[in-house]
Amino acid sequence: MSRDVYVVVEHLEGKIADITFELLGRARDLARAAGGATVAVVVGHELAGLAGELGAADTVVLCQDAGLARYTPEGHQRALGALLRERAPRVTLVPNTAMGMDLAAGLAAALGWPLVAYCCDVRLDGDRLLATSQIYGGKILAEAEVSGSSAVLSVLAGSFPAEAGRGAGRPAIEPVAAATGPARVRFKRLITPEAGDVDITRAATLVSVGRGIQSKDNIPLVEELAAALGGALAASRPIVDQGWLPKMRQVGKSGLTVKPRLYVAVGISGAPEHLEGMRGAECIVAINTDSNAPIFTVAHYGVTADLFDVLPALTERIKAAR
Amino acid sequence: VNIIIVVKMVPDLVEELEIAADGRDLDRAFLKLRLNEFDEHALEEALQLMDRHGGTVTVVALDTGEVDEALFTCLAKGANRAIKVTGDVGPAPGSRATAAALADVVRTLSYDLVLTGVQAADDRDGQVGILLAEALGLPHVSVVSGVEPAGDRAVTVRQEYAGGVMAELEVDLPCVLGVQAARVAPRYAPVSKVRQTMKTARLEERTAPTGLPDAGSTVVRLRKPETGGRAVMLEGAPEEIAERLVAILAEKRLLR
Repeated sequence: MSRDVYVVVEHLEGKIADITFELLGRARDLARAAGGATVAVVVGHELAGLAGELGAADTVVLCQDAGLARYTPEGHQRALGALLRERAPRVTLVPNTAMGMDLAAGLAAALGWPLVAYCCDVRLDGDRLLATSQIYGGKILAEAEVSGSSAVLSVLAGSFPAEAGRGAGRPAIEPVAAATGPARVRFKRLITPEAGDVDITRAATLVSVGRGIQSKDNIPLVEELAAALGGALAASRPIVDQGWLPKMRQVGKSGLTVKPRLYVAVGISGAPEHLEGMRGAECIVAINTDSNAPIFTVAHYGVTADLFDVLPALTERIKAAR
Repeated sequence: VNIIIVVKMVPDLVEELEIAADGRDLDRAFLKLRLNEFDEHALEEALQLMDRHGGTVTVVALDTGEVDEALFTCLAKGANRAIKVTGDVGPAPGSRATAAALADVVRTLSYDLVLTGVQAADDRDGQVGILLAEALGLPHVSVVSGVEPAGDRAVTVRQEYAGGVMAELEVDLPCVLGVQAARVAPRYAPVSKVRQTMKTARLEERTAPTGLPDAGSTVVRLRKPETGGRAVMLEGAPEEIAERLVAILAEKRLLR
């Protein structure tokens, strides 16, 4: 067992995902507390160039093989699993993303280590490893003490500042032979979205609609508010999953990250996956019937009321104010 | 393709959640449960596959309470079989325990593909689908949509990354997939049809093994995030709220 803290580096098309730096920053704190080193692990192919960006780590382990050029849950999990089994770090931090989800749970199960998912805070109190998860759609925070000498924690985006993980050090580069095996999961191609009619990432004002709208027939109510504000219409995941609005209107983890000047959340409860995509907005207004909705934790102005009462009144007022 | 759908009950997040007196669990006395929404998407995707390509759909759930009606609803929607796994599992077994109990049953069934919801509101110790795949020694892919057969022994899926970017992956069967969204909105089963199904269909029962694994972590305390700590709450009649909000937006030069 080692005292080191490992971070699984997420990258796509040669670019490191921001969440990696968020994890690295916290990994440094944990490594200091544990008395070990911060180690970044890059799995892939021909990625030595990425090491220069990982200066916050003491060591960058490059786990490379031509067969790992493209991410697959199976290939990357196998390579990481072999490395982690041998090294047994105190803590392994994995991004809670589409790529990280399979890796975190898969590794924990394969290695027989505890896993705490959806972490928004992680700390070491002496030998005690404490991890706080956002569960029940962000309505509850669960603080847990993690047993064992090694553990995997999957961490939500936005939990720690990325700046702390962008250090300009000169980490030791350590190439290792990647474990390989039969590929039951094979990468076929990357699909990039066609530009929609509107680019919600460029809109200064967004009015975003969630499950509270109840029916597709009610969406024009929200559209009218967006039009009155001179903004664009966006949505949370359930609206897109229902097929009521196109994917390129979706704000959040599996959708787009937006930073408009004004973000009006209508009937959106504010699950962590949604907050991740919009918490950077300059001014957030939330309208929701549930006063305990997590959206109010990030909103600047909140309205606990029936959107079907408030929206028409608001649209009317805005039109009159022009 | 013969498909197994793994489903679970979760607290209905529309309702108020209360924390139990010991601070370590939800107060389950008045908790309203519902089928995990992502599992409904997994079921719909399976039913779509069955409609297009034949095969069967079998639903498996651990009996953590109130699961009968949910399973009959799955049957009313078109699933062929429903298996309830009973045992001393309590109201909220962890994902590891759930996956181990389900693996014990799934191992005895004949199947090509296991679908489940990508995640659930309470899977603090990991997503059941992935843990189940590891227990069964199968490949797994999460956050998928658009499952399509690719020849006889594989499927193609799309795995959704951020920003609308997706990877198309080919996965050998059998495998476990965590479904993000079905290709169409999950179908609705009218109450009358569910009632009818309860009269005509039956749930198969299996017993969960004992000695299921624990989560590897112990909840010290639950708390609610501080809501409204930051938000200025506007109150009053809709017209008053609208007036104040417009004044605020105008002052911040957010009305263009």
